[in-house]
Amino acid sequence: MTDNPGVDTPAQQPVPVGVGYRANAGGPDSDAVETLALPVAAGPSPAARPALRSELREPDAPAQLFGLRTRDVSAWFGDHKVLERVSLTMPAGQVTALIGPSGCGKSTYLRILNRMHEMVRSACLAGAVLLDGEDVYAPGRRPADVRRRIGMVFQRPNPFPGMSIYDNVASGLKLAGIKVRKDQRDHLVESSLVSAGLWTEVRNRLRTPGGALSGGQQQRLCIARSLAVSPDVLLMDEPCSALDPTSTRRVEETIAELRGRLTIVIVTHNMQQAQRVSQSCAFFLATHDTPGRIVEAGDTAQLFGNPVDPRTADYVNGRFG
Amino acid sequence: MISRTPGAVRHAEPVGGGGDQAADRPRRITAPVTPGDLVFRGVLRAAGLSVFLIMGLIAFFLLLRGLQALHATGWSFFTQEKWLTQSHVFGIAAVLPDGVIIAMVALVIAVPVALTTAVYVSEYAPERIRSALVSLVDLMAAIPSIVYGLWGLFFLQPRIVGFVRWTTMHLGHWIPFLKVRSGDIGASYTSSPFIVGTVVSLMIIPIVTSLSREVFSQAPQGEREGAYALGSTRWGMVRSVVLPFGRGGVVGAVMLGFGRAMGETIAVALIISPKFTVTTHILENGANSISSLIALHFGESDPLSLSALMAAGLVLFGLTLVVNMLAAVVIGRSRSGAATAD
Repeated sequence: MTDNPGVDTPAQQPVPVGVGYRANAGGPDSDAVETLALPVAAGPSPAARPALRSELREPDAPAQLFGLRTRDVSAWFGDHKVLERVSLTMPAGQVTALIGPSGCGKSTYLRILNRMHEMVRSACLAGAVLLDGEDVYAPGRRPADVRRRIGMVFQRPNPFPGMSIYDNVASGLKLAGIKVRKDQRDHLVESSLVSAGLWTEVRNRLRTPGGALSGGQQQRLCIARSLAVSPDVLLMDEPCSALDPTSTRRVEETIAELRGRLTIVIVTHNMQQAQRVSQSCAFFLATHDTPGRIVEAGDTAQLFGNPVDPRTADYVNGRFG
Repeated sequence: MISRTPGAVRHAEPVGGGGDQAADRPRRITAPVTPGDLVFRGVLRAAGLSVFLIMGLIAFFLLLRGLQALHATGWSFFTQEKWLTQSHVFGIAAVLPDGVIIAMVALVIAVPVALTTAVYVSEYAPERIRSALVSLVDLMAAIPSIVYGLWGLFFLQPRIVGFVRWTTMHLGHWIPFLKVRSGDIGASYTSSPFIVGTVVSLMIIPIVTSLSREVFSQAPQGEREGAYALGSTRWGMVRSVVLPFGRGGVVGAVMLGFGRAMGETIAVALIISPKFTVTTHILENGANSISSLIALHFGESDPLSLSALMAAGLVLFGLTLVVNMLAAVVIGRSRSGAATAD
């Protein structure tokens, strides 16, 4: 799971704020030159890399799976360091759960994975996030392109206001400027809703506003919306914490069905949920004077059943946090 | 206040079939208020109601003073185009539509400028430019309208006439209302509804800008991030989240701007050359509006003419009131209906 720090990490000085990758506060469209202080991932040179995939894939068609890996990711908000040297591999096609008490930096870590972190003013980071071996923070790589390959579902369902269910699902295509024929789009909307487990409930009212659905349905609508642009990775930030138990179960079923079709990373406060949905798991911990870091990571069954670190054992058994 | 007999309900089970069944009717609930709350509420209520009182008194005053003229003219007050102070012929059939036309010209110019400014300020501008722009726009609203009027008369008009000539020469052929009849006379191009509307547009840009900016910046963060997470560009996010969210507020802001444009007096009175036929060519000399009519005529009026001016003022008051109330309804509806979740 984790890269062994003793072997893999090159000799590094702690990266001071402003020397590492400085997230551009100007926002996602900024053309400002970005610099990485750390050595770029081993792999083909940027010129040899294929351009970001722009064609669409059938959500239900077998596809190549891409894993996600981070190397020594540290993060700051202003002068406050919230993450320190987080190295983690999120295996392709599997569900990886990030667990840990509130304020341990796991949500920040998740937002670093698809470059949402840099939208916060004063946010910066060091290290590298590798999707299929390519650094998503590489200079010249557009945040919008990264986010299309690494989708995200948020804690609070956030369908677009005033858009119908159909338009919500199709919105990603429009936002990314992808032109498709009407019948293709219809098919894509249907298969995305099927994948998100919402199709049978909304098939007869696709033109009604997405905001009129229940909270759980809205959350699955947001999952369908993310799937419609066929991402390689889906990040979920406590997707069930605003939902009732029945809706939670439906979302978990959806996650189980998506397993093997794309890589999923889920942040959750619910130990049972982490055990139910994930195959691998990482336990984050921060104390009041140390930034968040991974205490233990590995196979979910192993981490819950036979944790190595006593702190992990305490946490997964509900003794603190 | 809630009182409960101890032990009356032991379990969370329906109590039924018992002998002492209370009547299943909504009970009276009272919520006693502290004296401090009572005083505070009284003061606030008085302040709030005084607005109704003042508005009512103004309407009452206008009606009272205008009735004399309305009696004398009858319905012809609304159909007569002419306004002759000496021979007591009064009508707003030309002045009212002219005022609307001027306001429309102002809106056509102001709305695009105001909306793009609002989107820039709320979505694109860096922090320092944003606060500078916000205070500059607010400053625009603080400039007295006489200053705008003088600027329009002595600075803008001589410089914009060339543009007006060019427009009518190239477009007047195909678009009838851009034609200038008797275009060989230089004065035909000045004091037109277009020039007045341009000046008035500067006066309504601040209100439309700041109201729109406010609704845009209220677009929820969750939906914004949702758009970005789908790989949206910033413009895509603005188009799919910010603009739909702010639509109702923008409509309301535009209507408030319209109301303000209808009421604008001094700048119009300064620049316009009054005439009493309905305007059909907006680039052509001459137009009118109720407020400038009042400003230009009240000095020379005998009691009956003054009463007629009051009646005209009452019509403007009513129209502005209706427009503003509609705007308030539209804005209110957009606030309650725009949020999606929860």
